[in-house]
Amino acid sequence: MAELAAVVGIGQTKYQTKRIDVSIAGLVREAARNALDDAGLDWDDIDAVILGKAPDMFEGVVMPELYLTDALGCNGKPMLRVHTAGSVGGSTAIVAASYVQSGVFKRVLTVSFEKQSESNAMWALSNPQPFSPHLNAGAGGYFAPIIREYMRRSGAPYDVGIKVATKDRKHALRNPNAHLHLEDISMAMVEESPMLWDPIRFLEACPSSDGACSMVIAHESLVGDSPRAPAWIRGTAVRSEPTMYAGREEVNPQAGRDCAADVYKQAGISDPRKDLDCAEVYVPFSWYEPMWLENLGFAPEGEGWKLTMEGVTSLDEGGDTPWNCSGGVLSSNPIGASGMIRFAEAALQVRNDAGEHQVEGAKTALGHAYGGGAQFFAMWIVSADKP
Amino acid sequence: MRDVAVISWAQSPMVGDAGALNEVELIMPVVQKALADAGLESVQDVDFTCSGSCDYLQGASFAFVSGVDALGAVPPIKESHVEMDAAWALYEAWLKIQMGQADSALVYGFAKSSPGDLPSVLSLQLDPYYLAPLWPDSISLAGLQARAMLDAGVISETDMAEVVVRSRGNARNNANAQLAGDVTIDELLAQPMYVSPLRKHDCCPVSDGASAMVICTVEKARALGHPYAVIKGIDHRIESNNLGARDLTRSVSTEQAAAAAGVAQGPVDIAELHAPFSHQEIILERALGLSEDTRVNLSGGVLAGNLMMAAGLDRIGEVAMRICAGEAGRGVAHATSGACLQQNMVVVLEAE
Repeated sequence: MAELAAVVGIGQTKYQTKRIDVSIAGLVREAARNALDDAGLDWDDIDAVILGKAPDMFEGVVMPELYLTDALGCNGKPMLRVHTAGSVGGSTAIVAASYVQSGVFKRVLTVSFEKQSESNAMWALSNPQPFSPHLNAGAGGYFAPIIREYMRRSGAPYDVGIKVATKDRKHALRNPNAHLHLEDISMAMVEESPMLWDPIRFLEACPSSDGACSMVIAHESLVGDSPRAPAWIRGTAVRSEPTMYAGREEVNPQAGRDCAADVYKQAGISDPRKDLDCAEVYVPFSWYEPMWLENLGFAPEGEGWKLTMEGVTSLDEGGDTPWNCSGGVLSSNPIGASGMIRFAEAALQVRNDAGEHQVEGAKTALGHAYGGGAQFFAMWIVSADKP
Repeated sequence: MRDVAVISWAQSPMVGDAGALNEVELIMPVVQKALADAGLESVQDVDFTCSGSCDYLQGASFAFVSGVDALGAVPPIKESHVEMDAAWALYEAWLKIQMGQADSALVYGFAKSSPGDLPSVLSLQLDPYYLAPLWPDSISLAGLQARAMLDAGVISETDMAEVVVRSRGNARNNANAQLAGDVTIDELLAQPMYVSPLRKHDCCPVSDGASAMVICTVEKARALGHPYAVIKGIDHRIESNNLGARDLTRSVSTEQAAAAAGVAQGPVDIAELHAPFSHQEIILERALGLSEDTRVNLSGGVLAGNLMMAAGLDRIGEVAMRICAGEAGRGVAHATSGACLQQNMVVVLEAE
């Protein structure tokens, strides 16, 4: 059966539009070095490296794990590269956890990154494929009709997305790593921003960021070597389904529901809103907060938006289950790293180390990522309490 | 360590140009055959699925997303993907079985390399600031490696030709092979240089296709009642991307992986080596410490057909199926990635 593993080191870079001061190798090394320092460890203490990022076309480097071997101190060690679309940061953390939970490795380094300033990610996402109809829309254009269907079904008021966008940017003001620090953010400011893909306004969409995130994951027996409180990995789950098939539920995807049920079962979560102290959930477009509140079982179907509007997910409003206290994907989005940032921020919360965006007394948290046409899901639950 | 069994492997014919067939059409037949050969009805009958592919070969982001369409992932499945050869997808699945999250897994890899200029595409695996802008393609870099070996007196051109003679000869027994036939050393050495010191036959062909494999716990394999081969050791290592910092005449990462996988702990009846260039087969034989008694690349190896992103998995499949057929008791499979054998995996397989 699975061995016990915990996050013992967390490292992030500052997220921003362009990191022209570092190469791609410099960017990933910065995050990895931060994670090692946080864990009180050095390169030689690491048995293997697990790297994740979204499409190689974002930087124009094919299989960059090859090029990044030296930067990540991996010479002579095992290196694995994960790519599961937008969910990749989460999937990568889960694969890294499996290195230790399998009993094969004692301590591994996992890193994910995107240096989106090297290309135009929006269009790298939707280049034409042979033999397939060309969707020349980017991610926002893909998700907008699904959001409209959610609005139609739930009867949610028009400004739920505006509320989410404002709330997460307010959270970001507490997080020094966040890309967007919009000091004068307000619902009026979001509402007045240009409409990009109706109903998604400019400020209801994630930014395009450069950045990297890294974690050190250790076996139970080595947790004591690191100075910080461990974030115990209580459950990990992934699910995938095809982009399109007859009868596919796109608003509330089955893969997301199944993935949540799986990870909750492993971690002993029966009522996520009650049992989880906070969550870092992949919300790249504002309306995905109420949609995922339902998909993840925090609210009955059609009622997720009520939690958002009541302030349940807001740290500033004292909500009982704050979501995305870091500012979320809406405030920082180096795509390949965005999922891992969710997982790492969940770990920061349960070790009571999230600074100004700490949820007081947080013990158990959910990290969530999704990708593709909302068809790939990765989730983990971390806890201050050893199982 | 839980023993993990390879119970089925299916490979499409390796062809120079799959024409209008898309990736889904390449994947579906091998996935269905691998499942059927394992006695399983659909992807819903395995606990985990993992694939290997490369976006740049398809010329589009998220090449693997269309791969999911080939599976029948309704209801949703536990699935992951590596942007690597599918041998590393097998490794991820092997870990899942080790940790007890799965008892069985489907692994597949696919590529349609023919539409692009593969050697140039692979040059984008190099340092993007200092090296890739010079577009050193994969064949030229392999040529540098072969030249280093010739200059060091480690091999001769005749040694390289011998590898090709054996590959083409063995490939006559491989129905999926792209290049097979009776050739002699003299005929090969009479051929003109392609990228000196490599002749065209020293380089693997560009192939389109896919392959798939089912692995499971030994307990499950016994229950399914099929012959199987057991993974007794598996390890992979990477070394520097900076070719100038490596001794190109040997493969240190293969030596490390071989030691960790326990290659030397028993006789090696057969070996399948992922050597895209003739001289690399010699490097690998030495790195693995193989003796004269080991029969190498009975399939013809990748010189007879090179399914990018599946060729490493294919090596494991070739060894496993020969063990299942009783042709060998213990074998070694090898997979590689990157320029001049930068990253290497070694798998030791045994009959039960």
